[in-house]
Amino acid sequence: MADANALQALGAAIAEAAGAVVEEVFVERGAELVVRARRDQIVPFMEMLRDDPRFAFEQVMDICGMDWPERAERFEVVYNLLSLALNQRLRVIVSTDEATPVPSLIHVWPAATWYEREAWDMYGIVFEGQPDLRRLLTDYGFEGHPLRKDFPLTGHVQVRYDETRKQVVNEPVTLTQDFRSFDFLSPWEGMTTLPGDEKVHQIRSERGQIEGPQS
Amino acid sequence: MSTELVSGLPQMDGPNASQKLFDADTHTINFGPQHPAAHGVLRLILEMKGEVVERADPHIGLLHRGTEKLIEYKTYLQAMPYMDRLDYVSPMCMEHSFVLATERLLGIENDVPLRAKWIRTMFAEITRILNHLLNVTTYALDVGAITPSLWGFEQREHLLEFYEQVGGSHYHVNYFRAGGVAKDLPAGLEDRIGAWCRQFPKFLDELEGLLTQNRIFKQRTVDIGVMTAEQAMSWGFSGPCLRASGCAWDLRKSQPYEMYEQLDFEIPVGVQGDCYDRYLVRMQEMRQSLRMVEQCLNHIRPGPVKIADHKIAPPSRGEMKRSMESLIHHFKLYTEGYHVPAGATYTVTEAPKGEFGVYMVADGTNRPYRCKIRAPGFAHLQAMEALSKGHMLADAVAIIGSLDIVFGEIDR
Repeated sequence: MADANALQALGAAIAEAAGAVVEEVFVERGAELVVRARRDQIVPFMEMLRDDPRFAFEQVMDICGMDWPERAERFEVVYNLLSLALNQRLRVIVSTDEATPVPSLIHVWPAATWYEREAWDMYGIVFEGQPDLRRLLTDYGFEGHPLRKDFPLTGHVQVRYDETRKQVVNEPVTLTQDFRSFDFLSPWEGMTTLPGDEKVHQIRSERGQIEGPQS
Repeated sequence: MSTELVSGLPQMDGPNASQKLFDADTHTINFGPQHPAAHGVLRLILEMKGEVVERADPHIGLLHRGTEKLIEYKTYLQAMPYMDRLDYVSPMCMEHSFVLATERLLGIENDVPLRAKWIRTMFAEITRILNHLLNVTTYALDVGAITPSLWGFEQREHLLEFYEQVGGSHYHVNYFRAGGVAKDLPAGLEDRIGAWCRQFPKFLDELEGLLTQNRIFKQRTVDIGVMTAEQAMSWGFSGPCLRASGCAWDLRKSQPYEMYEQLDFEIPVGVQGDCYDRYLVRMQEMRQSLRMVEQCLNHIRPGPVKIADHKIAPPSRGEMKRSMESLIHHFKLYTEGYHVPAGATYTVTEAPKGEFGVYMVADGTNRPYRCKIRAPGFAHLQAMEALSKGHMLADAVAIIGSLDIVFGEIDR
């Protein structure tokens, strides 16, 4: 594992060579170099990272989407690059939303195709210049983007084979028991209101107002 | 061919009169998803020109189970068994990446006891042999040899028994844990693994005797599906498929994790990057893995197999009977689990098929915010068209076999 100083130096070199494309460079937990880049310049930036002998990132190992629904640009595309010649790794992150396409890396690495198809399938991230943006992992005729945080774990449809109609049919999902997702944030770790304790908190906050500096 | 058929073709004059030109239409065939040589549920749409592959379009996802989505709704401990079910012929190597990623995010990677690390390294190598045994022998089956699979599965059975002895199950062992392993090795297991190691080289010699110089096997694999090193890199290849193309790249050497730094082993590298080289690399890797298992056996010393922090690893059964605190720890661990500090990591291991990565994002709760699984077979299968273009239909089968694809990890 490369030490943090070497990664800092590499990050500074990348930021200097790339110019305004790079928004932010930081070292995650002292072990992994992360670069936040601007979406529109991503293709020349990646070409530079691949072809410049100081960086030599010959391989894109992984491209994946991320969903942060509370952000203005809710999606991130995360590229994990690997340099075999210099034995180093780099993570490049760009952000986007539902409507804005990200330039495709198909002409930089042919391996990008399936990863971009998967990100489209799972998140609905659009890649501009990708000629083969079909769904990849979900069923033929599937609707929705299942890895989005607002897509329910149980999905919307369930599938079965109908013996009378002699075909596979999709129906709205029915659950004998509601899906339960437990909230494990414990009140001792900075949680605010426990379910059922709302009244106590209301009283406390009222008292806080009475005892506050205004009174 | 009868004269009526030939007379129907356009007659040609001139110097090429002896040649007959056929303009065969391209046609599409559906390979799989139920074909045994498709290694699972691969639906391959092949556009053929005569018997030559023009285009290959793999349709994957028939085994998609939404693992990444499910993991987002499970605690880190509950997410472990899903990893076994990714590449189900090398389960412990799948667990390995997940465990290392969790340990990195927790910041406990240096606190894991040595014994646990040696055990994990040893089982990772046993798993590699398991995987390569399955791949090499079924690959031989694809190209027409039946005996290797019958022999190889007997050896696999011995290894799976070691799995069963540590984890209670043949395949889905759920043995590696963040902070160590689930249980200590049972008494006598090290001797049994040692005994198995002594008889395995003889088996490997016999297996090589069946295949390596076998004329039919070589005719089916040499110069089929050639990948140059540059191509392999641009297609995101890793593991044996990359090494067969001549790149001496192995994460165990170049970015050592666990105890690989202390092990003495070599990286077999191919020359041509064809199906035969991919086979040869796997055969040699089994010998290297065997060396590593033997070295691990020599290094394993008695000691704890779990981290001492009971907020991460459960207390022993005996302690729970006596100590209230231990009981609380146990209860909290198996209901709430542990909270992982916010952060992200892309942690990789050298799985038998190549670079198996886990891109894990933690948000400070007890469940991963995102767990992207980078499967090596995904990148390999994507290159199917580049590999099989211009080859015969039967060669496509050899190429699929040589890529070592398993749909558990590709479809996730």
